[in-house]
Amino acid sequence: MSGTESPAPPPGPWRLFLIASRIGISGFGGVLPLIRHSLVEELRVLTGSDFNTMLGLCQVLPGSNVVNLAVCVGARLHGARGAIAFASGIVLAPFAGVMLLATAYGLWGHLPFVQDVLRGVAAAGAGLLFATALRMSRNVREPRIYLPFALLILIGVAVFRLPLPPLILALLIVATLIAHRRLIASKQQR
Amino acid sequence: MIWQITDLFVQFSLLNFVAFGGVTAMLPEIHRLVVEQRQWMDDATFAQLFAIAQAAPGPNLLFVSLIGWQVAGIAGGIAATLGICLPVSIFIFLLYQHWEKFRGTPWQQAIETGIAPLAVGLVCTSGWFVVASAHLDYRSIALTAGCTVLLARQTWHPLWFLAAGGLAGGLGWL
Repeated sequence: MSGTESPAPPPGPWRLFLIASRIGISGFGGVLPLIRHSLVEELRVLTGSDFNTMLGLCQVLPGSNVVNLAVCVGARLHGARGAIAFASGIVLAPFAGVMLLATAYGLWGHLPFVQDVLRGVAAAGAGLLFATALRMSRNVREPRIYLPFALLILIGVAVFRLPLPPLILALLIVATLIAHRRLIASKQQR
Repeated sequence: MIWQITDLFVQFSLLNFVAFGGVTAMLPEIHRLVVEQRQWMDDATFAQLFAIAQAAPGPNLLFVSLIGWQVAGIAGGIAATLGICLPVSIFIFLLYQHWEKFRGTPWQQAIETGIAPLAVGLVCTSGWFVVASAHLDYRSIALTAGCTVLLARQTWHPLWFLAAGGLAGGLGWL
């Protein structure tokens, strides 16, 4: 457990709401990378492995990964009020934005220029997701044993079009059993 | 109207509990509900609303907000959004407290170790879905690859990359 810096003091609920609003409204092509960037790299209130653990828990459970993560992060930093502040911040500002966009798109969405811009934003947004996956993979313990599970998910969904819920559940059980056996074995060695 | 708003909230609350893999993974279920069962909109409208949600900033679940808006205006949007967020949020808040209490036990450590690589795989899969659904050609994919490499090495704000992508698209380079 080396190289993990001690986290900075957490911001209050109102500050959390503002931070979350800013993340939500600037989250083109994915909010998760921005949450990680803001909390782990800018504010340093969470460590990389904290973030991985929370995101892992949230992605295994149903619902919006972003809202789930916002509830976890808010709860971790400031209890129930933090959870409400961060989750509502993530949703409220972009909700207002999307209602305005719906109106604008009705008027100008058919223009080729608009469609070209959106395609460029989507391409960069995909790069942002891949880069986030790469950064997260650096925090995976014993990558030679566990990173193949990441590859299995990608192949299972992208190539074989398997439904996610049973795939995640199956891989989670196998990975957890391996981790548990190795943990017990390393404790007995000592 | 009141019936439709209530219906939106109840239906999306139910969907919330089966939405493994997030809202993007739920598109077939949402389509079945709003186009086939309730006949709230046609296929074309459904696809257009999805496009707007993809282009807009914010979480993917805003697609559900747009569905609600299409059915019953702003109130419908609010009802659908609360439905798709609230039930599991409360559940997770309660579960997370226990997750914190279990800290340090072997099974909890094992689950955390096992979950981390799956999260990496899921984020990567989302990236693949964006590339696939936007029908990107080789120049756009080159841009995606460039952003991936730079963003993985630098800590510059990601918004700069998105702005640059939009500019490149607007200039007709993609």
